Amino acid sequence: MKEKKRAKRLSWSHPADWLYVLCWTAAAATVALLAWIVLEIFSQALPSLRKFGLQFFIRASWNPNTDHFGALPFLVGTTMSSVFALLIALPLGIAIAIFLSEDFLPPVFRQSIRFVVELLAAIPSVVYGLWGAAIVIPIVRKGGNWLSNSLGFIPLFQGPVFGNSMLAASLILALMVLPTITAISRNALVDVPKTLREGAYALGATRWEAIFGVILPTASPGIVAATILALGRAMGETMAVAMLIGNSTRLTFSLLAPAGTLASLLANQFAEAEGLQVSSLMHAALLLMLLTLLVNATGEIILRRTQRITVKIRQR
Amino acid sequence: MMSVINSLGPLVDTSKTPQVKLRSSLSIFLSFICAGLSLLTLIPLLSIVFLVLRNGVPLLKPSLFTSLPPAVGSAGGGFGNAVIGTLIMVSLALFIAAPVGILAAIYINEYDRGSGFSCAVRFIAKLLTGIPSIICGIFVFSVLVVHLGFSAMAGSIALAILILPTILLTSEQALLGVPYALREASTGLGATVFQTIWCIVLPEALPAMTTGLMLAIARAAGETAPVLFTALFSSYWPKSIGHPTASLSVLIYNFSNIPYDYQANLAWAASLVLVGIVTITSVTAQLLVRKR
Repeated sequence: MKEKKRAKRLSWSHPADWLYVLCWTAAAATVALLAWIVLEIFSQALPSLRKFGLQFFIRASWNPNTDHFGALPFLVGTTMSSVFALLIALPLGIAIAIFLSEDFLPPVFRQSIRFVVELLAAIPSVVYGLWGAAIVIPIVRKGGNWLSNSLGFIPLFQGPVFGNSMLAASLILALMVLPTITAISRNALVDVPKTLREGAYALGATRWEAIFGVILPTASPGIVAATILALGRAMGETMAVAMLIGNSTRLTFSLLAPAGTLASLLANQFAEAEGLQVSSLMHAALLLMLLTLLVNATGEIILRRTQRITVKIRQR
Repeated sequence: MMSVINSLGPLVDTSKTPQVKLRSSLSIFLSFICAGLSLLTLIPLLSIVFLVLRNGVPLLKPSLFTSLPPAVGSAGGGFGNAVIGTLIMVSLALFIAAPVGILAAIYINEYDRGSGFSCAVRFIAKLLTGIPSIICGIFVFSVLVVHLGFSAMAGSIALAILILPTILLTSEQALLGVPYALREASTGLGATVFQTIWCIVLPEALPAMTTGLMLAIARAAGETAPVLFTALFSSYWPKSIGHPTASLSVLIYNFSNIPYDYQANLAWAASLVLVGIVTITSVTAQLLVRKR
């Protein structure tokens, strides 16, 4: 009996065993966590899935009083706000990435600009929201009036003009995804093999001919990955958007009108929801999660493939 | 002599031809545009920092950290409970997520490097970093809060889920940074896998791991969405981790909607404190990396 106990203790005191078991458990727990999140939200969304099915995607009303729920306005809001954010952030982000990866500036300045852009990533979402309410909203209100007066015939800029609008949310999202785009694009640009650059210069290309002709095309898969990952971030961003977008549940295609995204809908209604509304919110959460998972998986796969290719070019 | 060189064609000095001049001035022009666009992004950042400082600093008094939030419409008071709530929840979240993240990183990088399972874990961790933070909040709400009510514990679990993949991936990078030769030398001297990991690899990877943990702290402290439906908010001092608890980020969100001047200013002061905490942790983290 005593010996048995001792043997047991000995086997457990052999450190390799328990550390291996612990480490394996932790790794498996990470995998299980994602599965659990997806399953839990799926099971909570079931009543709404059963009741609305595919109609959930095409119905444009969100009415807790009559228990009619359709996520179309929020799907449109999520897509529009993140696509517009990317349209604004992409040129800026790539410009900064080029500026930081080529030798325009001495390394000290490059480091400090990089540092500043990384700080942008560290600012909490609510602070962006607070700042947006104080600065971006008044600007959008003024600029929106001008836009709707001069370009109002385009549905995108139809009035009436609100401060809390899709445009305000897109602007703040653009600022928030800028660090993501910059960081990943910069890595892609830095990874372009030196021989390609030298080849371009040796053939007599100017700096920008080399950038547009050789460096950007070589780095383009990485930049595409950066764009997709930034899209994922923009779609999931909650607080700043909820504070600026106006949280309307009506379907709108105008940039100047209040709107809602899947994430802002959850932030606004989840606390007070009851009955079928909870399930419909879970349905929306499921939709948001699957969309971001899909987008992020695509981005990661592209990123991984490009890294493999650059490694191959290096080895040649 | 000149005519000989000219007849050689390719050797002609072309740097003065109009076409080359156009090309090089276009290049310079583009460089300026690129620099201009880069500097353009500094404007919003400076504006955020300026506004937070201008609106936050005048309110910054010691009493902010020792008193409770004021009732709606009245002035005076601070957000001591929110500061403590944030600290409690962030440290609890770190306490939960750090061991799991680091152990999982050890598994995929030391025990089972390159296997299919490890690749899957890495990929899933990357996917988890991309999950919207509000999803973490909703998940914890439906698993925990529905049964046990709003609590600081639920808030920290939501934050832990949020930072787990960050910790896992940064720890993995830290372990990758340890030269492979060290492991070979250690194994060559007769050390077991455990001894190699515990005595050689981990101490070597520790500084870089600390950086990852600090980045996780910065991320957790700034997040609002996961604690919004889990820890909720409270206007009183934290009683225990089983009660609803205030946090700085939720306080900013709540007070930003209130149309009273004092509350609005309190939101700015809280932003100042929050941005301060987040910036200091992430700057320290980056300095740690740069030192190496």
